[in-house]
Amino acid sequence: MSTVKLTVNGKAVSVDVEDRTLLVHLLRENLNLTGTHVGCDTSQCGACVVHIDGRAVKSCTVLAGQAAGSNVTTIEGISKGDELHPMQAAFRDNHGLQCGYCTPGMIMSAIDIVHRYSGKLDEQTVRHELEGNICRCTGYHNIVKSVLDAASRMKVAQAAE
Amino acid sequence: MGVEGIGASVVRKEDKRFITGKGRYVDDIKLVGMTYAHFIRSPHAHAKVKGIDSSEAMKMPGVVAVLTGQQIVDDKVGNLICGWAITSKDGTPMKMGAWPAMAPETVRFVGQAVAVVIAETRNQAKDAAEAVVVDYEELPAVPDIRSAIKPGAPQLHPEAPGNVVYDWALGDEAAVKDAFAKAANVVTLELTNNRLVPNAMEPRAAIADYNDAEEHFTLYTTSQNPHVARLVLSAFYNIAPEHKLRVVAPDVGGGFGSKIYIYPEEMVALWASKKVRRPVKWTGDRSEAFLTDAHGRDHISKAEMAFDKDNRILGLRVKTHANFGAYMSLFSSAVPTYLYVTLLSGQYVIPAIYAEVMGVYTNTTPVDAYRGAGRPEASYLLERMMETAARQLKVDPAELRRKNFITQFPYQTPVIMAYDIGDFNASLDAAMKAIDYAGFPARKAKAKAEGKLRGIGVSCYIEACGIAPSKAVGSLGAGVGLWESAEVRVNPVGTIEILTGSHSHGQGHETTFAQLIAERLGVPISQVQIVHGDTDKVQFGMGTYGSRSIAVGGTAIVKAMEKVEAKAKKIASHLLEASEGDIVIENGEFKVTGTDKSIALPMVALAAYTAHNLPDGMEPGLKETAFYDPTNFTFPAGAYVCELEVDPSTGKTSFVNFVAADDFGRLINPMIVEGQVHGGLAQGIGQALLEGAVYDSSGQPVTASFMDYTMPRADDLPSFKLSHTTTLCPGNPLGVKGCGEAGAIGASAAVINAITDAIGNNKLEMPATPDRVWHAIHGKAA
Repeated sequence: MSTVKLTVNGKAVSVDVEDRTLLVHLLRENLNLTGTHVGCDTSQCGACVVHIDGRAVKSCTVLAGQAAGSNVTTIEGISKGDELHPMQAAFRDNHGLQCGYCTPGMIMSAIDIVHRYSGKLDEQTVRHELEGNICRCTGYHNIVKSVLDAASRMKVAQAAE
Repeated sequence: MGVEGIGASVVRKEDKRFITGKGRYVDDIKLVGMTYAHFIRSPHAHAKVKGIDSSEAMKMPGVVAVLTGQQIVDDKVGNLICGWAITSKDGTPMKMGAWPAMAPETVRFVGQAVAVVIAETRNQAKDAAEAVVVDYEELPAVPDIRSAIKPGAPQLHPEAPGNVVYDWALGDEAAVKDAFAKAANVVTLELTNNRLVPNAMEPRAAIADYNDAEEHFTLYTTSQNPHVARLVLSAFYNIAPEHKLRVVAPDVGGGFGSKIYIYPEEMVALWASKKVRRPVKWTGDRSEAFLTDAHGRDHISKAEMAFDKDNRILGLRVKTHANFGAYMSLFSSAVPTYLYVTLLSGQYVIPAIYAEVMGVYTNTTPVDAYRGAGRPEASYLLERMMETAARQLKVDPAELRRKNFITQFPYQTPVIMAYDIGDFNASLDAAMKAIDYAGFPARKAKAKAEGKLRGIGVSCYIEACGIAPSKAVGSLGAGVGLWESAEVRVNPVGTIEILTGSHSHGQGHETTFAQLIAERLGVPISQVQIVHGDTDKVQFGMGTYGSRSIAVGGTAIVKAMEKVEAKAKKIASHLLEASEGDIVIENGEFKVTGTDKSIALPMVALAAYTAHNLPDGMEPGLKETAFYDPTNFTFPAGAYVCELEVDPSTGKTSFVNFVAADDFGRLINPMIVEGQVHGGLAQGIGQALLEGAVYDSSGQPVTASFMDYTMPRADDLPSFKLSHTTTLCPGNPLGVKGCGEAGAIGASAAVINAITDAIGNNKLEMPATPDRVWHAIHGKAA
């Protein structure tokens, strides 16, 4: 067992876990942050994507101990109170989700994509960048629409700040 | 009510919890004192279980119990059932071997459970499972249809000689023989419908909680039909009587058919929970999903079609072998029979059809309904046949289809189905216009100049949804009636709860069903709550599959709502001192026609519950129930056209355009309908280009993870161009047909027809990987 100290959604936490514990299990089992999902066991599906120090990472590929000292943001931590993150709003408005299981990982990946391209995205780039996230419901059509829509919303929001 | 009523693309009520991480799936649930189950599964495709030694495992930290197949048999937990009886051509019933929840003696596919470890934590259960020693004696295995039916092949079940479950036929053999005798042309086609793994993104999971004081079980499970699960667990598996078993299917992360069935893991969790007197949780991982979720498709077929000199179809003859895997899953027997052959008339006048289906056992994961279930297999066969015929007869494939379209309705096919309505020319027109079919030759020539092979492929599908009239399916062997139930509760303050037996696992029922209320009663959808997925709350339900939720479940809601309206009108007329016949409902107001007198729904509801001033003899309250049994299937149909390019140097396929024109009858929420089509198309395209479950010669699955089995990714797919044509279904008051499976049914033939058109070689199997396509171009066997 080890004690892992990290910041999750802006809150400092200290958790005792087995050394082999993956970050995703620390989030789900120890912190009850069940919005981050497990969809596979080979790090292919992306349902578990969170942000570690601002970068999208599959939390099933990270040991909890490796995340010590870092700043982790999960799907539960991106809206400001009742105000949805523009990516969340875009997924809702464009019907970018159906069963909702891949959605948290999709949203966390998509926010990172928009940041990395500074909002300069086209359909082909979004499709290519979403390679690491699998959805079985939507055929990606409305996910791609959502990401492109959010990219312009985030640009507007940034300009306003 | 235009804004939120029928036809409005309202954003989904359920989305907020999913986009904020507040969905509640089975694995998100924790119970006090919960233990964790980990299954020990066979690494062999076929073997005798000689012994299981759990003595070392029992000494490991946190282990509560190690339970085996022999124990579950000793405790008289029932074997898994197949719920649809099929009779072979010779009049004998289908031949099935027993399927115990864990194998006591013989394992017949890789992944079949032989024992389970129950421990304090997930990791402790996994660790202890490593220490359980199972002594297997390997047996020769049959990994596919061809090896299973060879004379002298290893036998799976003594009850099924030759590994044959049934040898069934439908249609008029003599009439088909006559049709072929007078044919001017005969077109033949052999094809495989590749085996698929459903891969809903949420792996299956179950939590069983036994309360020994009450002798009561609660099961949280990833189910598309919790009441059916309770029925089967009670009636056949001896888990508990229905009133002592609550089944809850909370948020479920996709199903596609694979979560219809009651699996061994749920049975074992329930049984184990009683044994250890604590809650037991099992969460499958993706590897277990590949090994144990019921797979789909897996047919080998030969088809012949007879044409007269004017290219009109005279007859169709089909011989199909269907792979059932190692055991007969819940509805597996119906899939390659009544859900497949009954759709072999497609959109065409085919005077005579005869189809034979042999269902066989193999040492592979059981196969059952997967999105479309039989209908994709029928559509793929027929639409490749039409394309093949057009090429052989040297006519335009769209024109050959038009010449043979059914244009008069109702139309009785020779294979049971009676189509109620449709307009196949309208959908084909819409699709051809959307893709600029007329301009294709010029685009093909331009692509050729650039060194690319461009092709176009049409697929005109029809399917049967809204399963189904109970009497009809009962006469065909179904063990259940396929009606649906609903309850509409108007609360004293006028908010509304709809309890439905349909189950949403991505379909958006919480929004679509609320729109039905908004349309009729003028209540905002924010005031309507949809309750589903809990046998303690909803009276009964047959669940969601076969695109039945709106046509059957939605109609049940409408029927219950009509009863509520009738009672509310009586109350309103009493309060307004008007004749009941003069009361009309507009925007949530009960109005007396021709006057300015009205009363709002909440006031009517309050009056119903205070009961101070009701018509003489009227019961208080405003809540009604309906059970709705459809009179016929519904028949969604449409036309898909795919245009693509093949790079002859690599065999790689790139989409240029994919258009879909569907006729689903009336659309309640077009945005949600289109989402359903997108997802279906992705699965159909996935089957055509990427997906395929592969077993090696010893029965080992070699595609049992996302690293080996190619799931469609965002950059494998195009954006889709959708349109709708409309003929209203006459069989239900909403005029709806169902939209959940169409894409998966129609898409794969459009893709393969386009590739074979591009490369000029009709011999191509799915998945059409670059390797296969390259070999098809360059003339060497793949």
